[in-house]
Amino acid sequence: MEKLTEMTLTQTREALVRGRVSARELTQAWLDAIEAREGDIGAFITRCPDRALAEAAAVDDARVRGEELPPLAGIPMAVKDNICVQGLPTTCASKMLENFTPPYDATAYEKLRWCPLLGKTNLDEFAMGSTTENSAFHITRNPRDTSRVPGGSSGGSAACVAAGEAPFALGSDTGGSIRQPAAFCGVVGMKPTYGAVSRYGLVAFASSLDQIGPMTRTVADNALVLDALAGYDRRDSTSVKRGYTPMGREMHAGVKGLRIGLPKEFFGKGLAPAVKKQVMRAARLLEKEGATVEEVSIPSLDYALPAYYVISSAEASSNLARFDGVRYGRRTAEYRDLEELYLKSRSEGFGPEVKRRILLGTYALSAGYFDAYYKKALQVRTLVIRDLEQVLNRCDALLGPVAPTTAYKLGEKTSSPLEMYLGDIYTVPVNIAGIPALSLPCGTDEAGLPVGAQLMGKVFSEPLLYRIGAVLERAAGYVRKEAE
Amino acid sequence: MATPWKPLKGYEMVIGLEVHVELKTKTKIFCSCKTDFGAPPNTQCCPVCMGFPGTLPVLNRQVVHYAALAGLATGCTIARYSKQDRKNYFYPDLPKAYQISQYDLPLCVDGHLMIETPEGEKRIGITRIHIEEDAGKLIHDPEQGTLIDCNRCGVPLIEIVSEPDIRTPQEAVAYLQKLRAVIAYTGISDCKMNEGSLRCDVNLSIHKPGQPFGTRTEMKNLNSFQSVQRAIEEEYRRQVEAVERGETIVQETRRFDQQTGKTSAMRRKENANDYRYFPDPDLAPIVTGEDTLDTWRKELPVLPDQRKARYMADYGLTAYAAKQLVSEKALAEYFEAACESTAAPKTLANLMLTEVFRLLPPESAAIPVAPAHLGRLADMVEQGDISAGVAKRAVAALWERDQDPDAWVEAAGLRQLSDPELLRSYAERAMAEHPDLVAGYYKGKANLAKALMGAAMGMSGGKANPALLQHLMDEALEKGRK
Repeated sequence: MEKLTEMTLTQTREALVRGRVSARELTQAWLDAIEAREGDIGAFITRCPDRALAEAAAVDDARVRGEELPPLAGIPMAVKDNICVQGLPTTCASKMLENFTPPYDATAYEKLRWCPLLGKTNLDEFAMGSTTENSAFHITRNPRDTSRVPGGSSGGSAACVAAGEAPFALGSDTGGSIRQPAAFCGVVGMKPTYGAVSRYGLVAFASSLDQIGPMTRTVADNALVLDALAGYDRRDSTSVKRGYTPMGREMHAGVKGLRIGLPKEFFGKGLAPAVKKQVMRAARLLEKEGATVEEVSIPSLDYALPAYYVISSAEASSNLARFDGVRYGRRTAEYRDLEELYLKSRSEGFGPEVKRRILLGTYALSAGYFDAYYKKALQVRTLVIRDLEQVLNRCDALLGPVAPTTAYKLGEKTSSPLEMYLGDIYTVPVNIAGIPALSLPCGTDEAGLPVGAQLMGKVFSEPLLYRIGAVLERAAGYVRKEAE
Repeated sequence: MATPWKPLKGYEMVIGLEVHVELKTKTKIFCSCKTDFGAPPNTQCCPVCMGFPGTLPVLNRQVVHYAALAGLATGCTIARYSKQDRKNYFYPDLPKAYQISQYDLPLCVDGHLMIETPEGEKRIGITRIHIEEDAGKLIHDPEQGTLIDCNRCGVPLIEIVSEPDIRTPQEAVAYLQKLRAVIAYTGISDCKMNEGSLRCDVNLSIHKPGQPFGTRTEMKNLNSFQSVQRAIEEEYRRQVEAVERGETIVQETRRFDQQTGKTSAMRRKENANDYRYFPDPDLAPIVTGEDTLDTWRKELPVLPDQRKARYMADYGLTAYAAKQLVSEKALAEYFEAACESTAAPKTLANLMLTEVFRLLPPESAAIPVAPAHLGRLADMVEQGDISAGVAKRAVAALWERDQDPDAWVEAAGLRQLSDPELLRSYAERAMAEHPDLVAGYYKGKANLAKALMGAAMGMSGGKANPALLQHLMDEALEKGRK
C-alpha cells in the first residue's frame, strides 16, 4: 500500500472500504503530516485534531455496524474559515469575527459531515484578496516556494492540499479565489456553476458571485468531492433544483471531436511569457488528443474586471454592514453613543482591504452614482454573459491561463491594490457569467513554479470540464511531486 | 369626526397615507419562526431573522399570496414580475443593517378605494403595495440600557401607499377605515392598530388651490384613527401658520405627541439616510402566473361595499345601518348568520347597532351570543312577545351567559301579554277605578289617557304589549263616550 497521505481519494476510499486502514489511522496520518509541515506553511487558522479523531472513530464504528456510508466517509478534509461549522470559530480571518462561533453548519459542510475535520484554513479577510496576506492573523506560505504567496483568497486551502496537510479542502470563489491559489500552489480547483453548491453558511462576500468548490490534488478527486457537495438546498433560493449531474464514466471519454476555444483576450499583454508558453502547450496537447482548437474572441472581456469590482464591492458593502458590534463579533471597548459604537467597532474590526471595498461599494450604490457605476456594471455583466454564451455555443469549452503570472514573492504586491486587482483579469468573467471553471496545473515556469490552466464551459458543464481536465492532467505529465 | 374640517386662510391640504399592515402568516417572511404577538422577548427568532453571517433568506410563499389578495381587494394590478431590494441603513433593531423591501418593481400597483364624503363618493388612488420585513423592537430599560427584542424581525409586512388624493382629516380617516375593513375582510391581517399590526404614516403639504403642491412633511407610526385625525389637524395648522409668517416648510419627518397634541421635527430629509437600494442577490424575482392569480381571485371574499348594497336591497336597511354592519367582516358574517334565523332583519340590525355595539369592546368583533339567539330575540320583538326594553336586558343577559332566549324571557317572567281579552279587562278596570280621569278625558283633557294607560299597564305588571294595550284603551274610551 502507498503512503496513506499520498493516495488519491479513490484509492483512499478503497482502502477504507476494504478495511485496510481505519478512518482513525488515516486521520492520524494526516494530523501527523500537519504537525510536520504546518510550521513552515501556516495554512490553518484553527486546528481541531481531537474533533477529527472523534469523527473518524464515529465513521469506523458506523462501518463496523455495517451502515451504508457516503463515498468520502472517513476521509479527512480542511475547510476555508468563511464556511460555518457549528462549534468551531468561523473568523473569516478578521478581527471582527475573531471570537464568533456559529450555532449552525453550512450546507456544504453538512453534506461532508462524514469527513473528519482537520481544521479551518486561512484566507484573505472576508475572502477579499489574492495572496492570503490580508488575513488579520498570519500569512500563509506557498509550499512550492515558501518565500512566495500561495495566492488567495483560498490560500490556506490551496496550501494545505499542496503541502500534503489535507487530502482535499473546501474553498470559495467570488472572483477567482479557488482557481488562482490552486494555480499558484499547483493543485486542482473548481469554481462550480453559480447555484450548483448551496451558499447557506458561507459568510457572504458578494452574494451573486460567491460559490463554494473543492480543491484537490487530482481532477478525479475534485469531481468526487463536487459530486458530494452539489445539489439543491431549500435554504438557498439561488441554488438550482435540476442542474448538476454527477460525474460518471465519461471522465475517461477523452477529448476527441471536442472544440476548444482560446479567447484571444486571455493571451494579450500582461501575460507572463512562461505562463503563455505552458497554456499554449496545453492547447497543443489537447489538439494531439483529438480536440479542435481555435482562437475565439470575447470583446466585452476588457470590461469584466471593472464591472466585477463594482458589483462585488457593492454587494460586499451591504453584506458586511451587519458586522456592527451590536449582536455578535467585535464590539469596541468604550463608546459614548450608538454612532461611536458603530464607528469604532467597524474601524477596529476590519482591515484596510475590506474597508477599501466597503467604501468603493457604498460609493457605487449612492444616490447620484448608482446609474454610472452599479447599473452600468450590471449592463456590462449582461454583455459578458451574452458574449460568453455565444462563444460557448460554438465551442465545447474555453482554455486560458488562470492568472497572468505564477506565484510572486510575499509582500511584493501588497502596496498596490490596483496591480493586485489586475491579477483577477482571467478569473472574474467566469463569476460574472455564473459559469463553471476548472483550474489545474499544466506545467511550470523557469523557476519551477506551477502554471495553472483554466477550462471554462457552459452552465452545468462540470462533467465535461473534468473530462477535458483529466486528459490534460495525464498528457501534461504534470503530476504532483509527492506522488512521484 | 363630529366637527367638519374648515380651511384656514384658504389653504388646501394635500395628504397621502402610507399604511403598514402586518400579515397574519404562521411563519416569518424569510424563515420558519413563528409570528405570534406578545411572546416573551427573543423567543421567536433564529440565525436567519437575526441576520447571522452566512444565513440566507427564503421567501415565504404565503406572503406573496396575502399581499396579492390585498392588491386584488383594492383593485390593483398584480405584477407578473416583481423583485425584492435591500434598503440599507444602520439601526440596532435591524440585524442585517438592511431591510429587504421592494423598490422599483412592487408586487401590486395602481389600485384605489372609494370613500364616502359629504360631497358624495370619492376615489382615493393606491399607488402601490409592496412586501417587506419588519424590524425588531428596542426596549429601553433604565437599569440595563437598551435591549433588543428580535421577535418582530422578519414579520411580514405590506406597505400600502396612497396617491396624494386626500384633502381633509375626515377623508384620511374614512380612507383608513375603509382600507382597514377591506384588508380585514381578506383575512390576511388582524389589522389591530393598538397592537401595531396596522400603522399609518401621513404625508402632508398645503397649498392654495390652483397653485403647485407645497413641500410635504411626514408623520410616522400613528396608531389610532384619532391620532391620525389630530396629527393632521395640528400639522395643517402648523404649516399654515408657518407659511403665513413667511417661513418655508422643510421636508422632514415629524413626531406626533399624543399627550401634547403637537408635532415636532424628528429628522430632516437632507440629512436622512441614502438607502442605497439595490436588488437583493440572495432572492430570486417573484414571478406570478395567470393560473395562480386566478386561484387567488377566487379566494377573494365578498367585500364590504358589495355586502352593504345587498343589505340595503335585500333587507331594506338604511345606508347608515348597512355601513355599520359591514365595517368588520366578523360583524357582517354574524349578522348574516343571525339573519338565517329571523324573519325580522331590520329589527335584528337595530339590535346589533344599539345593544351589540354598546357591549362590544373596542377593536373587537367577538360576540359571545349565538347568532341564532339574537335572531330569535329580533323575532320576539317583531311579534310583540317582548318589548324593546326587555330585548335590551335579554342581550345583556345572554352576553353574560349565552342561553335559549325563550327560556330566559320565560324564567324572568318578562314575556309580553298580548291576549286582547285580558288587556281589555285591564283597560276597563283602569277606567272603572279612575272615574275622575275618565271624566276629565271626556271634557277634552286628552293627555289624561296616558295616566289611564299607566294604570292599566301597572295592573299587567308592566308586561302588557304597549301598542295593543293602547289600542284597546282607545277603543274602551271611545265606547265609554257613548
